Amino acid sequence: MSAGAIAAAVRSGQRTAVDVLDEHLARISARDEEIHAFNLVTADEARAQAEAVDAAVAAGDDPGPLAGVPLALKDNMCTRGIPTTCSSKILEGWRPPYDATVVNRLRDAGAVVVGKTNLDEFAMGSSTENSAFGPTRNPLDPTRVPGGSSGGSAASVAAGFAPLAIGSDTGGSIRQPAAFCGIVGMKPTYGAVSRYGLIAFASSLDQIGPFATDVADAALMFDVIAGHDPLDSTSIADFAPQATASLDRGVDGLRVGVVRELSGGEGSVEGLSPDVVARTGEAVEALAAAGATISEVSVPSSTLGLSAYYLVAPAEASSNLARYDGVRYGLRVDAPTTGEMNTASRTAGFGAEVKRRIMLGTYALSAGYYDAFYGKALKVRTMMMRDFAAVYEQVDVLITPTAPTTAFPLGERTTDPMAMYVNDVCTIPSNLTGHPAISVPFGTGDDGLPVGVQVLAPALDDGLTFQVGAVLEAAAGGAR
Amino acid sequence: MTDFHAAAATADTPIEPALPEGWELVVGLEVHVELDTATKLFCGCANQFGSEPNTNVCPTCLGLPGSLPVMNGRAVELAMILGRALGCTVNRSVMARKNYFYPDMPKDFQTTQYDQPTNVDGRIVLGDGFVVGIERAHIEEDTGKSTHIGGGGRINDALYSLVDYNRAGVPLVEIVSRPDVRTIEHAKAYVEELREILIATGVSDARMEEGSMRVDANVSVRPFGSGELRTRCEIKNINSVRSLGRAIEFEAQRHIDLWTSGDAPHQETRHWDEEGGRTRSGRSKEDADDYRYFQEPDLVPLEPTDETIAAIDAAMPPLPSVRRTALTDATGADPDTVGLLVARGQDGLALDAIAEGVDPDKVVTRLVNDLAVDDWSRVTAPALAALVRMESAGDLSATQAKQVLGDLAEKGGDPAAHAAERGFEAMDTDELETLVDRLIAEHPDEWSRFTAGDDGDRKKMQGFFTGQIMKATQGQADGKAVAQILGRKASG
Ligand SMILES: [Zn+2]
Repeated sequence: MSAGAIAAAVRSGQRTAVDVLDEHLARISARDEEIHAFNLVTADEARAQAEAVDAAVAAGDDPGPLAGVPLALKDNMCTRGIPTTCSSKILEGWRPPYDATVVNRLRDAGAVVVGKTNLDEFAMGSSTENSAFGPTRNPLDPTRVPGGSSGGSAASVAAGFAPLAIGSDTGGSIRQPAAFCGIVGMKPTYGAVSRYGLIAFASSLDQIGPFATDVADAALMFDVIAGHDPLDSTSIADFAPQATASLDRGVDGLRVGVVRELSGGEGSVEGLSPDVVARTGEAVEALAAAGATISEVSVPSSTLGLSAYYLVAPAEASSNLARYDGVRYGLRVDAPTTGEMNTASRTAGFGAEVKRRIMLGTYALSAGYYDAFYGKALKVRTMMMRDFAAVYEQVDVLITPTAPTTAFPLGERTTDPMAMYVNDVCTIPSNLTGHPAISVPFGTGDDGLPVGVQVLAPALDDGLTFQVGAVLEAAAGGAR
Repeated sequence: MTDFHAAAATADTPIEPALPEGWELVVGLEVHVELDTATKLFCGCANQFGSEPNTNVCPTCLGLPGSLPVMNGRAVELAMILGRALGCTVNRSVMARKNYFYPDMPKDFQTTQYDQPTNVDGRIVLGDGFVVGIERAHIEEDTGKSTHIGGGGRINDALYSLVDYNRAGVPLVEIVSRPDVRTIEHAKAYVEELREILIATGVSDARMEEGSMRVDANVSVRPFGSGELRTRCEIKNINSVRSLGRAIEFEAQRHIDLWTSGDAPHQETRHWDEEGGRTRSGRSKEDADDYRYFQEPDLVPLEPTDETIAAIDAAMPPLPSVRRTALTDATGADPDTVGLLVARGQDGLALDAIAEGVDPDKVVTRLVNDLAVDDWSRVTAPALAALVRMESAGDLSATQAKQVLGDLAEKGGDPAAHAAERGFEAMDTDELETLVDRLIAEHPDEWSRFTAGDDGDRKKMQGFFTGQIMKATQGQADGKAVAQILGRKASG
């Protein structure tokens, strides 16, 4: 049952929120031991919320557009009084004294938070294997990864634990797991959704977005979470989300560009699997069949995105993660001096990938290296902004694969960081430019696992990604 | 010239240590001031001194995971007001992160400005016309405050440390001077002038003793006239203008001793030890952290429009230097006196009273001598003018005028009413003469010493008779009139 259908049923009194919750909690009990989508299931809090929704309905009030819809929350978003770990030992046991803005918005819309989902530690990873609490498995094939870093959220939707989930996307952390798990995942325009209460990985790239089983549900949730928040200075002042209103507009006359460098064309990045390239081609044909005009376009700097990203993101992370020093909260390993205590706590509290990126970022920002690394990455970022702006003079949206491959086996890439990083090659450009992008399932690969196709749009045109996504979904025989 | 001038000048005149022959002092000053805002720089917590520890805190100023900063618009405005008051160019600016680990810094980075500060290229003109260049005046956040318990209060020996984050995130502006200062006197004058500008513009209460104004001095020396810049040391923990002078003096001498013995100072941060009267080595700057500055991604650039700057300029209150000129022009008083009244903020009161046509000298004398109080807000210019007028007319003695002015400061109102309430009535000259005659008759020996003695005797006896008269009149007699009568009687 879709989120939209659940909300309609609960609002009209056909179903109770408590009944809906019990159904989903039962599924979690039955299968999450195997999948490990959740770090924490908040059954008691969820029940209280569901009862409040039912009480509101009984009193004749409208609990909101997500009335009684179970929702899984990535465990890097602050929930008042409820442990929030970022899947890191360094935050084990910490209970935030406040709720993230997105959590407040979802609760106000009637959603019922069923738990906090697993992620790569501090959202650094593409497989959810970097969690201090063990990996999440792909519900479609438990020998495979669910993608990452929002793997727990993607898996919870794919496994039917919750019809909606919230993720964060710094380099593809919503879209790639959505592709791997055969669901819809969307990264909004930077600033469309408040980051207040999202534990920062890379502040200039992080953006919160929806996971859902179909485009309409993703749009429904997007319209709830997007909008200005005075607590986030990078929040767009007058953003009016219109995702749901965009769903039925079709693509007739829309100009669609295929990015040569990200779709296996001439001068393309390497490592794109042929079956993924083939499905992307079929998706483009489907759009043409629906009335879109297709052209191949070139964004030369898009191939530099990966290198720029792996300097910008670690640089910001090295600063954002400095505060985990054992002084105020989280893990403290005692030592004779403050400096030694800082080091001991961080050594014990952070996992290998987090340490790798802190070192990368520290190095990239260091005196004598700044210009060659961080400075140059910023220039690439500016260049990409310019290149994408130029291409959007010619076309309305762009199509690429979401990820180079389908979901890979657990353990396959854990010892090879570069093989892992390459996963993000198609998704990273949207983070560096701050543009919106959606991943929609489109057929399967040779291994029978889902392939995701990505729709990119200019800043503020979030509605377009849903509009095109809905057409792709219909062509793929999806829910709509 | 009245006594207070000499007294004030003596107390304030710095004893300028002559650097040993051939050496020149080079000083740059870095002054941190807390902006006088209601709330902190990035959150809604109160910007308040002296609260219970860790009561003015929230997720943002505690740097809790997930929290974000929101720029305090008033803080930006105050920083720009200061910039304009210092003659700076106000630029588009960005915040940056200065990364280093310190327990009293909740995020383990300080949000500050780096290569794009709000204010650049200004100057402060000192009272004697000497110009000190301002390199920049940038916005940044304050840190918390650590207290080290046990082990003599030093961080490395302490049993444990307590951190109060009330101050974390308080808005600061750091004003960085160019290394233009060559004398201790100018260093002190610079800080005093800056302090007056801060108060006059309402940017900060600039209280060194509460830490809302903190002065660090970069000190080096060089052979006179060489023009080179030698290794400097940064002196911290200076908590008064007087300490600033002492610290610079000590440090300069230390450098000279090192250079002349064939050694050299090394660049480092040193702490002023007030009791010991010396600077002590702190952390060496050579192995200081690489701060890895980069633009703060959680905040947007500050982009003042031309209209904003124009509005700030239009609303700029008269600055101390301008006010000193105005008061000098109106009174002819000496620079120390003028400086004192402007520093107290009593120049407007004086000018308004003088505008009512009373004697400028008397206005200045009354204010400087008798209105050295914290709260003089009840004294209006018409009341002050009326008081001076009464004094000039001989209706009040100097002593009585002082008391009435005290009443005005305390209760406000009209001087005539206070004088009447105190029973001050003009003692007419006849009455005073009768009294003098009686005292002369009662003290013939003293009178002959007054009329026939040497200068010393005469002075002493004038004091004796004046004292007797004051005693008899309970201070109501006018000292000048008494002197006149005594003089006339002695010569006549
Ligand atoms: Zn605060």
